[in-house]
Amino acid sequence: MIPHLLSTRDLSRESAISLLDTAEDMAILGHRDNKKLPALRGKTIVNLFYEDSTRTRISFEVAQKRLSADVINFSAKGSSVSKGESFKDTILTLRELGVDGVVIRHPSSGAPQLLAERDWIDVPVVNAGDGTHEHPTQALLDAFTLRKNIHGADSRGRGLDGAHVIIVGDILHSRVARSNVWLLEHLGARVTVVAPVTLIPAGASRWPITISHDLDSALSQPVDAVMMLRVQSERMRDAYFPNAHEYSQGWGLTEERFAALSPQTLVMHPGPMNRGLEICSTAADSAQSVILQQVANGVFVRMSVLYSILTGTSEVPHE
Amino acid sequence: MSNSLLFRQATLPGGEQADVLVRDGLIAEIGTISSEASRVLDAAGLRILPGLVDLHTHLREPGFEASETILTGSQAAAAGGYTTVFPMANTSPVADNASVVELELSRGREAGYVQVQPIGAVTAGLAGTALADLKGMADSRARVRVFSDDGKCVHDPLVMRRALEYVSAFDGVIAQHAQEPRLTEQAQMNEGELASRLGLAGWPAIAEETIIARDVLIAESVGAALHICHLSTAGSVDVVRWAKQRGIRVTAEVTPHHLLLTEDLAESYDARFKVNPPLRTSEDVLAVRRGLADGTIDIVATDHAPHPSESKECEWDVAAFGMVGLESALSIVLLTMVETGELSWVDVERVMSRTPAQIGRLDWQGLSVGAPARLTLVDPGARQVFATEHLAGRSTNSPYLGRVLPGRIVYTAFEGYLTVDDGALVPAETVAGHALDYAMQRGVPRG
Ligand SMILES: [Zn+2]
Repeated sequence: MIPHLLSTRDLSRESAISLLDTAEDMAILGHRDNKKLPALRGKTIVNLFYEDSTRTRISFEVAQKRLSADVINFSAKGSSVSKGESFKDTILTLRELGVDGVVIRHPSSGAPQLLAERDWIDVPVVNAGDGTHEHPTQALLDAFTLRKNIHGADSRGRGLDGAHVIIVGDILHSRVARSNVWLLEHLGARVTVVAPVTLIPAGASRWPITISHDLDSALSQPVDAVMMLRVQSERMRDAYFPNAHEYSQGWGLTEERFAALSPQTLVMHPGPMNRGLEICSTAADSAQSVILQQVANGVFVRMSVLYSILTGTSEVPHE
Repeated sequence: MSNSLLFRQATLPGGEQADVLVRDGLIAEIGTISSEASRVLDAAGLRILPGLVDLHTHLREPGFEASETILTGSQAAAAGGYTTVFPMANTSPVADNASVVELELSRGREAGYVQVQPIGAVTAGLAGTALADLKGMADSRARVRVFSDDGKCVHDPLVMRRALEYVSAFDGVIAQHAQEPRLTEQAQMNEGELASRLGLAGWPAIAEETIIARDVLIAESVGAALHICHLSTAGSVDVVRWAKQRGIRVTAEVTPHHLLLTEDLAESYDARFKVNPPLRTSEDVLAVRRGLADGTIDIVATDHAPHPSESKECEWDVAAFGMVGLESALSIVLLTMVETGELSWVDVERVMSRTPAQIGRLDWQGLSVGAPARLTLVDPGARQVFATEHLAGRSTNSPYLGRVLPGRIVYTAFEGYLTVDDGALVPAETVAGHALDYAMQRGVPRG
């Protein structure tokens, strides 16, 4: 079992499938009346959030409570961090408090890796999003959602071999895109990324992806899922694209594009959405949108990750 | 025979063996020497060089004494075989007027390990707009000739042009930290696939190359002297090579770390490897080595940049840029340039002593009778695991800790007295005493 979850890039196919399979068990539990499992009773997990993200923090917190863990929420706001305490000093403090695991969200790329590799603290670390580096649980929940929709009840043990996923938008600043690129490749899917040239990371031609700047031609191929990324309007100021209208016309999932989309193609978005910019409401609220499934599956995947890493096993007891 | 040192059987840069006698602060004799000396040192197997000269040092005093002081930085320099350092102007207060550069000069003389030859700021407060007191610093006791806003680029082309013109009247040179600021906003490491994968904002090669290209053309048009700090990319080597072929008065430096280290080290997110300009690719490393070997790049300069541990033991994008380098510089040049056959010892003397002194407008007499006795004796065959005990400054942010490095500085002499003796730094009080004696003897003004 993996000691930490820092990235999907260094997650093997086998480990990824195991995490997804355990998430299936968690989903079954999630449909019972008593949703709780005593697996992490007596364990204290800190959610160390240096960046606001109510969605991700709540998803982790629900997962932790279903596993009966004790939860401490530490956010940069209102803590000593805003008074200038160093990252290292905060971690040393947590060590003395005796936590059993850390879920960390941080605006600095690499902060979870430092936490895991330095001798500051010796507990499992789960990356809940670091800078523009990775967001591995998001990619796992996306893969879980894809696998469920493609393979249905027959998902266990399987990857996404042969599936074609298109990721559209601000790849340059997206940790979700990076984690998805690596995980989808490990699971055997084919990935096309579509964005203006300015929003494609330098050197991405060496990644296991097809790069396109033309969304319509990308969508003219058979596509299992199209994943729309949030685009931030401040990017306009830095001359990445001219204006919201042009972005939406060129790279948004507009009414016209959605109308032309095969009804089999899943519509995904990691949230929160800018309706009308990168995605139209018709697409977001359509029957082929799995955006709300992504939210629900996020809890199962995070339960799986916490359970697997903190107990060191992937077997879930069925009492 | 008072105050005399005799180095027996040293190997000169050209390979000949000779005894070197030092008396009253000067080189008294070179050859086979029968006369006596107050101290005789066995230099068999040691290469003797004129004291090394670093054109790019950060001593942090005044203002950032937690990282380094003029004394501790001078000690780091002596430990690395240096006898002259040029401290950059980004102190607090900024060295943009005569009083700050004179303070640095005095403290350097009191410490007595090396010549501290201040660099003045180009613009007031390093703000990039109004010129600093350029002539005031040039006419001060510190006799400043090198001006730099290092740490920041003089990015306004009008200010750069005026500064080049203005200092040319008193044979000054502008040392440019070539970094186009708009192209490097938030930049964290070399732009490329690795930075994209690690999620660290890229510092593109063109941000350096476009400034160098612009400034060599400005220097040409006004006929002034331009020096390029810490050149780091293959493209920059090409631009400087073109400029030199055209006869433009441009010189360039490369740091030891850009001769050895590559961007891959960022993969650990260990901020010891965060530096500005960033570590580049192995192609860039090969290009700067070739540039140094063929003379396109004139000198090696350390960009010794001490930082306290809390500025490095943190998130990469929060960490300070820079690494210490005085103590390890000669070892890295041996490893990357001499052991690879790209430079001879005569070349080492040129790129680490003679030419940096000349770019800095210092009188350089090298290993000649009557010259000031500023000497470095290195054991090129020694190899050791580089560790914090090899660091003599106040900070430990070296990228080489744990690496096996060749070469060991056995003796450093400054104005005829030892600052490093049998591989160990001579204590501060002893050195300060020698410095005082020397000053009295020579009538060098104090304070
Ligand atoms: Zn610089």
